[in-house]
Amino acid sequence: MLSRTAESLFWLARYMERAENVARMVTVGRRVASVAQSLGASGDEWLSTLIATGCDRGFFHKYSEPASDAVLDYLVRDPDNPSSVLSCFETARRNARAVRTALTVDMWNALNETWLTTREFAAQLSDPDKVPTFLDWVKERSQLFSGAYGSTMLRNDAFYFTRLGTFLERADNTARILDVKYYVLLPQDEGVGGALDYFQWQSILRSVSALRSYHWVYHDRLQPWLIAELLILRPEMPRSLLSCFDQIARHLDLLAEAYGGKRGECHRLAGETYAQLRYGRIQKIFQSGLHEFLADFIDRSALLGAEVGKLYLN
Amino acid sequence: MRLTVQHRTEYRYSQPIAYAIQTLRLAPRSNDGMAVLSWRVRGEGRSELPSFVDGFGNLTHCHAVNRPHDFTVVTVEGEVETRPGDGVVRGAIETLPTGFYLRMTPLTAIVPEIAAFAAEIGDRLLPVDRLTALMEAVRRRVDYRTGVTTTMTTAAEALRVGAGVCQDHAHLFIAASRTLGIPARYVGGYLWTGEAAPIEASHAWAEAYVAGHGWIGFDAANRTRPTEAYIRTAIGLDYWSAAPIRGVRRGAAEERLGVSVQVMSTQQ
Amino acid sequence: MPAVYADAFDETGLPGPCLPHYALIRRWLDETPRDFLLHKRREAELLFRRAGITFSVYSEGSDPERLIPFDIVPRILCAEEWARLVRGLVQRVKALNAFVADVYHEREILAAGKLPAELVLLNDGFCAEMQDLDVAASAYVHVAGIDLVRVGPNDFYVLEDNCRTPSGVSYMLENREAMMRLFPNLCAKHRIAPVSHYPEELHGTLQAVAPPGCTGEPVIVLLTPGAGNSAYYEHSFLADEMGVELVEGADLVVDDNLVFMRTTEGLRRVDVIYRRIDDPYLDPLTFRPDSLLGTPGLFNAYRAGNVTLANAPGAGIADDKAIYPYVPEMIRFYLGEEPILANVPTYRCGDPRHLAYVLDHLSELVVKEARGSGGYGMLVGPHAAAAERACFRAKLVARPENYIAQPTLALSTCPTFVENGIAPRHVDLRPFVLSGREVRIVPGGLTRVALKSGSLVVNSSQGGGTKDTWVLERLPET
Repeated sequence: MLSRTAESLFWLARYMERAENVARMVTVGRRVASVAQSLGASGDEWLSTLIATGCDRGFFHKYSEPASDAVLDYLVRDPDNPSSVLSCFETARRNARAVRTALTVDMWNALNETWLTTREFAAQLSDPDKVPTFLDWVKERSQLFSGAYGSTMLRNDAFYFTRLGTFLERADNTARILDVKYYVLLPQDEGVGGALDYFQWQSILRSVSALRSYHWVYHDRLQPWLIAELLILRPEMPRSLLSCFDQIARHLDLLAEAYGGKRGECHRLAGETYAQLRYGRIQKIFQSGLHEFLADFIDRSALLGAEVGKLYLN
Repeated sequence: MRLTVQHRTEYRYSQPIAYAIQTLRLAPRSNDGMAVLSWRVRGEGRSELPSFVDGFGNLTHCHAVNRPHDFTVVTVEGEVETRPGDGVVRGAIETLPTGFYLRMTPLTAIVPEIAAFAAEIGDRLLPVDRLTALMEAVRRRVDYRTGVTTTMTTAAEALRVGAGVCQDHAHLFIAASRTLGIPARYVGGYLWTGEAAPIEASHAWAEAYVAGHGWIGFDAANRTRPTEAYIRTAIGLDYWSAAPIRGVRRGAAEERLGVSVQVMSTQQ
Repeated sequence: MPAVYADAFDETGLPGPCLPHYALIRRWLDETPRDFLLHKRREAELLFRRAGITFSVYSEGSDPERLIPFDIVPRILCAEEWARLVRGLVQRVKALNAFVADVYHEREILAAGKLPAELVLLNDGFCAEMQDLDVAASAYVHVAGIDLVRVGPNDFYVLEDNCRTPSGVSYMLENREAMMRLFPNLCAKHRIAPVSHYPEELHGTLQAVAPPGCTGEPVIVLLTPGAGNSAYYEHSFLADEMGVELVEGADLVVDDNLVFMRTTEGLRRVDVIYRRIDDPYLDPLTFRPDSLLGTPGLFNAYRAGNVTLANAPGAGIADDKAIYPYVPEMIRFYLGEEPILANVPTYRCGDPRHLAYVLDHLSELVVKEARGSGGYGMLVGPHAAAAERACFRAKLVARPENYIAQPTLALSTCPTFVENGIAPRHVDLRPFVLSGREVRIVPGGLTRVALKSGSLVVNSSQGGGTKDTWVLERLPET
């Protein structure tokens, strides 16, 4: 297939996934912020959401204070923010339009209607009460898209590139969410294990729809290292870093097979990261520093994206 | 007269670029006044570049480098045998009717200043005399100076600025000649000046069509009709269609161009 | 019931009883509640919007992806009418191809004095870079869109020939799909000649013109300027239907005078390019040096005989408005036949006698730019205000050679669903003619309709709409 087509598929999947993740993080951000003061929080809740979405730089270019209205607007509908939900849909749809012939009808419909409806929605979003409905809808649309391509696309290279986009983006997002809680929102000593801490951890799990999963897996009260384990190392957790890299490594292998066995640095990198997650222990990770681990992981993911680009997309 | 040409164009980039391609109109074809004895247009590390004949009858080569590189080179080596003449081109390949060469192009657009300039030539009886007067007028009005104009400079701009290089002289001559209803065209080539040291550019002049004579060369930059010191490589409506080299590259880098042209006479 | 105006059924049996091939439609319109039609029209709109069948209109503020209005009443031609059109179209397109081939080789038609040499040699549409190039099957105008208007029961005029990159064929196909979805019963009651094999025919045409050196199955691509182009939907639609890659200029790369596309598996050789990029933007090394849309070196590869471009660069010389008056002469010169389809009488304003006539009759004529398209820069004399006419008069005097003029034609009308019911609206027809080793035409074409009452401008950029065009293999049983 055309390199440009593969690139567009990769990015449209990333942007659909990102839209969902930003929506999830904004939902949790609202929740945390709404109870934060009564629980004596530092007031950094919106800042943490900005950092988790990777939007902090752009935001402070435009605003000086992370006031809730400004952050909401910036993350949900600001066209200047390439990662705002609106921009994500816009970019995904633009990529889709550029490679229409590589999409199934269902994929196109999912993307196109999302975009059409978003444009109608956007006008109403100045009303903050409309935002939660919109965010729920965003999640649904992203999942509709995942379902559409999962159930209609031929299992060939086009599918593999789409998959790569979804899981690279998802891995990156999960790592960021976890890092923000652990690094930015870390309460003062007296706060660890307190009501606020508990509430924040609970929100993290909610943001990735994993609160119930946590209880099923651990039958325990919320413990930071168990939550970290769930989101990093557990194979049954579909948003865990391990799950994502399982998918990434697998689809890179499938690509190599489809292309006559040709492999590159991206295959090595994905395999290495996968092995590290597969055989990792959460105790070891905490010993050498969770933040350091996650920062390193985020860098590796970015590098992997670039290497995929070098081998296939340029 | 036997003339040899060594023409080397080097491209250096500040960082590797992914791709570069050039169209080269650097190969003469024989006519009654010039026999091509040998001629090779080569890229780096290749024996001979692929070629085709373009719509004007020019032998055109294509040089593409499709891999990261920060250096590439195009070389021309050849030898011709020229005969003394009166500047009239005979026995050359003509693909298009003379009337075609009355067309305007962006570089030779006819603006009122050019029309006025052409009108000053006056109504001499013989077209050849008018063209000779035009050649003198072009050289008078446009001083020979490098660095003032670029390959994008139009005839009108060169006239306004009053300075330029052989390309500008040719453009102004062509535009004015067409204004007078005389078909005219751009010629690219090499010139033997007697100097041994290499120079940094090839040469360009113009040809105009006079019924009963044919295509006659006029080198306004040197106030002369082409002699046996001239090697004619390409014709076109203007610089853009006869350009010795047109190139495009992919990749953000600064380009440093090194050109060396050496024309020598092998018989004294 | 919608109000069906008595004069709604022209095409052009008027004044008189409804034509037999419209009889069923007439009854259907009489019997169908207006609300149902309204509902169906909305459904059609939704269908088009959902599929993303949109048309970008340049320099408009609001919606960058606009729908072309679709009229749900089909335009119908009977088998005999169509058969005659086909003969005329084949003849005309053969002559146009022969003309382009001649113009870039020996120019016998100029030598024979059939048209003034300077009209060709000094024409912007004349592409010297094409001189002496032999193209596969001598086909230059692989896809022609011939715009026809009808002024009487048997009188079709060719309004203009589109020989460069004519668009609209996707609407022809999508309109049919929409009609079959919206009105399956109505369609079933008519014997409508199918159009859905057009992409296959196009594919076959392109295959047939692969370069001589190409062995095996030629690799065909469709070259688009990109998603920002007004006809992008059509480009992706046709690529999809033909099963070929839709490429942009940057997807192609030229090496050793061969054309490749960049794929995830490396470079892949390309043999035939159905290009929908205009000549000046095809290749910055040969044409406009500032073009970012094309592929550098593409024309070199073409000239070296290693790739086919369809339509051929320089084919536009055949559809130039200044050349148009000579097409009947071309048909006589190259084919030795009398033209089956007539030209609209045309005044070339560059000719002083013609100009004088045009200036005297400005209020009766349509004045067009010799090299314009899309209905811009056009004066419809009878409908224009005095000031507008004065403005055109000045333009004509200043640059007469830039304009042509034609009489205002009494265009045929078709019944059209408008606010007040079913009313007559003026239409034209653009059939698509394919030329490879043979000439092929899919029955029908794109019918464009001027939705404003009395308007003669059918261009989509000027508020025109489209209709499905039915060629009936048999008259409907009533």
